[in-house]
Amino acid sequence: MSKKLSLVLAILLLLSAGLAQAGTVTLLNVSYDPTRELYQDYNSAFAKYWKAKTGNDVQVQQSHGGSSKQARAVIDGLGADVVTLALAYDIDAIAQNAKLLPANWQSRLPNNSSPYTSTIIFLVRKGNPKGIKDWDDLAKPGVSVITPNPKTSGGARWNYLGAWGFALKKSGGDESKAKDFISRLYKNVPVLDSGARGATTTFVERGIGDVLIAWENEVLLGAKDLGKDKFEIVVPSMSILCEPTVSVVDKVVDKKGTRAVAEEYLKYLYSPEGQEIAAKRYYRPRSEAIAKKYASQFPNVKLFTLAEIVGDWQKTQKIHFADGGVFDQVYQPNQ
Amino acid sequence: MAIRLKQKSVLPGFGLSLGFTVLYLSLIVLIPLSATFLKASSLTWPRFWHIVTAPRAIASYELSFGASAIAAALNLFFGLIVAWVLVRYKFPGKRLFDSMVDLPFALPTAVAGIALTAIYSSNGWIGQYLQPLGIKAAYSRLGVIIALTFTGLPFVVRTVQPVLEDLDKEMEEAAASLGAGRWQTITRVILPAIMPAALTGVTMAFARAVGEYGSVVFISGNMPMKTEITPLLIITKLEQYDYAGATAIAVVMLVVSFTMLLTINLMQAWSGRRMRSSEGSELALSEA
Repeated sequence: MSKKLSLVLAILLLLSAGLAQAGTVTLLNVSYDPTRELYQDYNSAFAKYWKAKTGNDVQVQQSHGGSSKQARAVIDGLGADVVTLALAYDIDAIAQNAKLLPANWQSRLPNNSSPYTSTIIFLVRKGNPKGIKDWDDLAKPGVSVITPNPKTSGGARWNYLGAWGFALKKSGGDESKAKDFISRLYKNVPVLDSGARGATTTFVERGIGDVLIAWENEVLLGAKDLGKDKFEIVVPSMSILCEPTVSVVDKVVDKKGTRAVAEEYLKYLYSPEGQEIAAKRYYRPRSEAIAKKYASQFPNVKLFTLAEIVGDWQKTQKIHFADGGVFDQVYQPNQ
Repeated sequence: MAIRLKQKSVLPGFGLSLGFTVLYLSLIVLIPLSATFLKASSLTWPRFWHIVTAPRAIASYELSFGASAIAAALNLFFGLIVAWVLVRYKFPGKRLFDSMVDLPFALPTAVAGIALTAIYSSNGWIGQYLQPLGIKAAYSRLGVIIALTFTGLPFVVRTVQPVLEDLDKEMEEAAASLGAGRWQTITRVILPAIMPAALTGVTMAFARAVGEYGSVVFISGNMPMKTEITPLLIITKLEQYDYAGATAIAVVMLVVSFTMLLTINLMQAWSGRRMRSSEGSELALSEA
């Protein structure tokens, strides 16, 4: 039995070696969790495009996981040609800790290297028994809110910043009021899952919580799977513009000699075809033409950017998520 | 010294096998662990102290070591009973039960965590009956203990089982015929014989529980100060690219765990010596 198995493995290995020699370029795209479906579609579209343009085959391998976990894998030596992560901070970390790409990587592609965007909305139980309409309903006593730990989940940081931005805008920029709001909201969180998928499971499968704060693209994509008869989507009056970012990993592509194809892989995301694939997977496209075409599928919500409410990611991390930051203060004893 | 060693060991190959042992332990255990110390030493002493004595870190040590100790104690008690039943009685399905004991070893811990959470959460099979009693099993400290008990289950059973199998029934019969009651037979004859093995099992179960991550994060709820275990705190620091902070906490865990393991090992050696010497004196008595 094991002999047969090893024979099969050996044949597979030979075959794959043969394929690799036949002039196929392989790229590794290290990404975060909810982009799985997006890049499945995009990779085959790009392979067709590249074949037509250069006559060469390209095969893109995908790796998915929590955004900062993925960044850490790249820092520790996972040979990613391109990274497509949930927030710029994680790619910054690769630039700082491993020096695999220049510090100014974000200025190399249009829209701050963020080809598609998303936002944060709510999922509530059927009939919305707690009457949740906007962010301030989440901080009311007796409402149980499910959101993952912003220290371990990229998506959760956007959730947190959506709440922060709302409180800041509503109070006319009063930071102490925003802090108080964040503190009341997170006191309503009974479980801090380590990732976005875990939080969804807690809400959907375990039946815990009245409202789940989540990525718009996840909620819209999953609406059918989750069961329309059990949940409802609630769109707040305003929310944060989430900008997932992409970059080539310079040191890796230069070593592998894949820079040309890797750069084209990311540029193609901005093309009408790339934008349309993103829109079909419920990411908000940057291209206005495509955005207009898919306007009906995205709820109308006023969006603010991270730059408007805090600043860049380095500053955000320091003020809010670093040890002793605003988020930690929620859980400090004697408060 | 070298001459003495040569004289002492009768078996050949001492140098080779010791060399291999040292190399193997170095590659697998010592070098990775000393890297941890090295990384932590990049911190200044006050900074290190500040990180490892933060209220949140202290709360996590209490939970991690406390829950592990409770889980190990539970496993000692029930593990002894399971081992006893598996060795001493014949019943249909015994083989099946016997192999079920090892399941917690084989199962990926994340799977165990998700399964336990599904069962013990307030809408789960068991959780729904605990809820009306005011017992919150999943997403509480109790949940942490449940998960750790699950992952540590095989240790006591598997260490005690072979010792019990070797234990002669005649010893118990002899004790009975010499007038010992049932309770006396258990506490004076059986327990002393299996205690060193049980202690080993408890130690392993405890050590395993302290380091457990995969199953606990699903069932604990991960609330800072309440249900956050130390390994999660380490991961949290890593996710923020705070490598030095993560290793500082890791060093504390290492030192505490190692001290505890060493203490238990010494206790074991001591109880082993005591047993052998008492056997020796009994032998002397019978000869006289």
